[in-house]
Amino acid sequence: MNRRGFFDIFLGGGIAALGAAVLYPLVRFVIPPEQPEATVSQVVAAKVGELAPNSGKIFRFGKDPAILVMTPNGQYRAFTAICTHLDCTVQYSSEMQQIWCACHNGHYDLNGNNISGPPPAPLAAYSVSVRGDQILVSKA
Amino acid sequence: MSEPATHSGISQWLDERLGWHAIKELALHKRVPMHKHSIWYYLGGMTLFCFLVQIVTGIFLLLYYRPTAEAAFESVEFIMTDVKFGWLIRSIHSWSANLMIFFAFVHMFSVFFLRAYRRPRELTWVSGAFLLFLSLGFGFSGYLLPWNQLAYFATKVGTDILGQIPLIGEWLLTVARGGEDVTGATLTRFFGVHVAVLPMISTFFLLGHLALVQKQGMSVPIGEEYKKTRQMPFIPNFALRDLVGWTLALGILVLLASLFPWELGEKADPLASAPAGIRPEWFFCFMFQTLKYIPGKVWFINGELLGIIAFGLGGAALVLVPFLDRRAAREERHKWLPVIGWLVILYIIVFTVLAYVV
Ligand code: HEM
Ligand code: FES
Repeated sequence: MNRRGFFDIFLGGGIAALGAAVLYPLVRFVIPPEQPEATVSQVVAAKVGELAPNSGKIFRFGKDPAILVMTPNGQYRAFTAICTHLDCTVQYSSEMQQIWCACHNGHYDLNGNNISGPPPAPLAAYSVSVRGDQILVSKA
Repeated sequence: MSEPATHSGISQWLDERLGWHAIKELALHKRVPMHKHSIWYYLGGMTLFCFLVQIVTGIFLLLYYRPTAEAAFESVEFIMTDVKFGWLIRSIHSWSANLMIFFAFVHMFSVFFLRAYRRPRELTWVSGAFLLFLSLGFGFSGYLLPWNQLAYFATKVGTDILGQIPLIGEWLLTVARGGEDVTGATLTRFFGVHVAVLPMISTFFLLGHLALVQKQGMSVPIGEEYKKTRQMPFIPNFALRDLVGWTLALGILVLLASLFPWELGEKADPLASAPAGIRPEWFFCFMFQTLKYIPGKVWFINGELLGIIAFGLGGAALVLVPFLDRRAAREERHKWLPVIGWLVILYIIVFTVLAYVV
């Protein structure tokens, strides 16, 4: 290799290294740091009697919204309220007796199964128990 | 000496330092051909006018707007109700944003059908296409800023689509949202993009776009000969006409803002269900409506991903139009390119309407 070629490589490498040294901290800055979150395994979703049959309610499970449904025949069901399609928050539709997502008209049945519209997967279910006058929801 | 001494003195002084004559020559040499399609030459200027209105009203809004989840909604409410003429400034900013995107689309299609992108104006077209994307970016980032319910969910959906991209999707999503979810961190990010990043990049592309137009002059549709068409100097004749149009546009903006002040809606609540009738701004509606019709899974590919790929290819084709239409470079009319153009317009209109009525 002649001297010219050597210097070209040396200079090019130096510039590339400088570029990387500038870029790396900037890219890392743009990515938000992970924030530890308390993992929640059980919450009080509602009081007994708060929900009528064929209605639903959104409650907070950790940092995410979840939905508690009282089916027309009086059973409690709970699911994550985050639509599996594109992240909207679903709601209970008494009219259709289904869980419904307004964003792109996604439908889920009362077992959380995606039955029509774009959602690709069922809503994850939580288990529900009643203790005293509290309705407790926990990770299944 | 024909010119008064002082005048030539100043112009010579400037010329020595700035190359003033070259600038004057660039400004004065452009002539605008007048023919039955000349009306379309006003649309770029209209888009430009809206852009300027955005900058001015945007700076005013900055005096009171606060970019946090706790204060954003209230600060916009404050602008709308307490600040003198706050409703006017905000409504003009919103209306002009929508008109700017409308004009940018119409401008693009008119340039497309006149084939003004052909040699030597390929780069004018490419810079224009990027300006259109940047305008959509302005629309998307600005929509979230009032931190209301509609914008909150529109942004959740819009950013979640990013997450569907293979390999880098997860990463893109986190960077766009400033975390896993749409939160105050997202708002602050969008704010920075809306008021600093996009204006800077757009100004850069805009100056390039305008410099090219100025340098190359206006194109003439295929079939019309430049030398034979009637022409008028851009400065001052056509520029003055532009100015008349701008004055009219300002009047229309004020009228729209007064008759239909921009709504604020309800404050975003991360624990509420997405309200019925949710949809993004109209210029995203055709894409949004398309997503509704794509099933969750097509064969083994995720439906959204398919949509993203299709729109990505569409965007790429848009940028590359001057290089795809090889005939125009030879001053020949392509047979089916205008047909594609009309089909695209039809698709955009039909799907936009569908998003509003279904
Ligand atoms: C922020 C958006 C934009 C602004 C402010 C803008 C501004 C302008 C102005 C002032 C002109 C000269 C007058 C005219 O022909 O109407 C022009 C010309 C032109 N623009 Fe744009 N433009 C924008 C977006 C676009 C887009 C989206 C495209 C296409 C993808 C485009 C492609 C062109 C072309 C090819 C010309 C030359 C037309 C000719 O020579 O006949 N522009 N633009
Ligand atoms: S986000 Fe629920 S259907 Fe699209």
